[in-house]
Amino acid sequence: MARPRRAQPLLIRITHWINVPVLVIMAMSGLEILLAYPFFGPRGAEMTWVPLSGWMPPELLRMGGWLAGGRHLHFAFGWALVINALVYLIYLGVSGEWRRRLLWKAQPNQRYNVLQRAAYTSALGLAILEVLSGLAMWKPIQLHRLTVVLGGYDMARVIHFLAMLGLFAFLVGHLVMVAIHWRKLPAMVTGGERE
Amino acid sequence: MKRRDAFRALAGLGLVACKPIERLNETVEGVLLTDRPASEDLELTPIEAFPGYHVAPAIPEVPSDWSLIVGGMVAKPLELSLADLRMLPQLTARIRHHCVEGWTAVADWSGVSIAELAKLAGARATKYVEFRSFDAPSFSSRGYWSSWDRASAFHPQTMIALTMNGAPLTAKHGAPCRLYGSVKLGYKLVKYLSEISFLDKRTGGYWENQGYEWFAGV
Repeated sequence: MARPRRAQPLLIRITHWINVPVLVIMAMSGLEILLAYPFFGPRGAEMTWVPLSGWMPPELLRMGGWLAGGRHLHFAFGWALVINALVYLIYLGVSGEWRRRLLWKAQPNQRYNVLQRAAYTSALGLAILEVLSGLAMWKPIQLHRLTVVLGGYDMARVIHFLAMLGLFAFLVGHLVMVAIHWRKLPAMVTGGERE
Repeated sequence: MKRRDAFRALAGLGLVACKPIERLNETVEGVLLTDRPASEDLELTPIEAFPGYHVAPAIPEVPSDWSLIVGGMVAKPLELSLADLRMLPQLTARIRHHCVEGWTAVADWSGVSIAELAKLAGARATKYVEFRSFDAPSFSSRGYWSSWDRASAFHPQTMIALTMNGAPLTAKHGAPCRLYGSVKLGYKLVKYLSEISFLDKRTGGYWENQGYEWFAGV
């Protein structure tokens, strides 16, 4: 028999805290890249319906100094994001933790309610969409099948931006919940009681 | 030290860490590269909406004694006029332009493949091809340039483009001829071409030497 699990297993804590700086760097370097051309759609056929189209991200939200620096940060820390996510997903699958955390039929002694599980599931879905649309933008010709599935390079760029906004909305909700249930925060570091 | 400065220093440190990873990315880009032509059902961009960048203060004018020099490690160095280039076999492709800034634009291009030029000049199997331009930031500075890996330069759609949307290149888009192709970002597609060299070492580029990625594949 395995020892009883902690509220927050070690690998979930590690990948969670790695995500904090990595996601901040990805978002900020991404906004640095966006600044070079903050519009959507091909030249001569602008997609003006995209929310925040034409928005110039302020310096406070950007990282990398200029387009080239932003790109280097984005393409380097992208690896960290993907490797960390793979470790997390494999663990989630192998350990069975996904049953407790993702939107699935309720388990006995369910720790997370439906709203929480819906939030975690959609954040995970957005993150996967973010990586796929990012790959399509990085290599739209060599990964052309993926690019076609996403509706072409310009649509992949829209998806990449909107999924980032979605993840930001998740983050805001997440931080509000942490502020309300602050007593549960230490468990995200120590792991909490064994159950 | 202000918190802002500390943050900046951290970002700088992150940038240094990116250097070795850039090499890894180049390797991955090389592995992903295939000879498959990028032929999609694309809608042409209105030509007036297709941007044209240059580094000179004004749109560069073609020198009166212009010819395209093909050299480097070749058996037979060439000096080709526009008429010479037009006599060679032409390839045509509709290609989406991917600018590093994030915009795209579509045009039809036709011209002479690099593979064809290499054959004509008897180029040795060098690892790199360098493309130089007469577009220069000032009279005394050296012109815009870029260097490519062999596989990308010999991709079946990489060409010395002579026409855009069926008409001879205009001054805005790199007349008399420019490098075009489907496997690189826009800043690798040198306009206002003056010289092509087959080399066994890579020689950076105008933007590449300022920090932009050298491989820059799409």
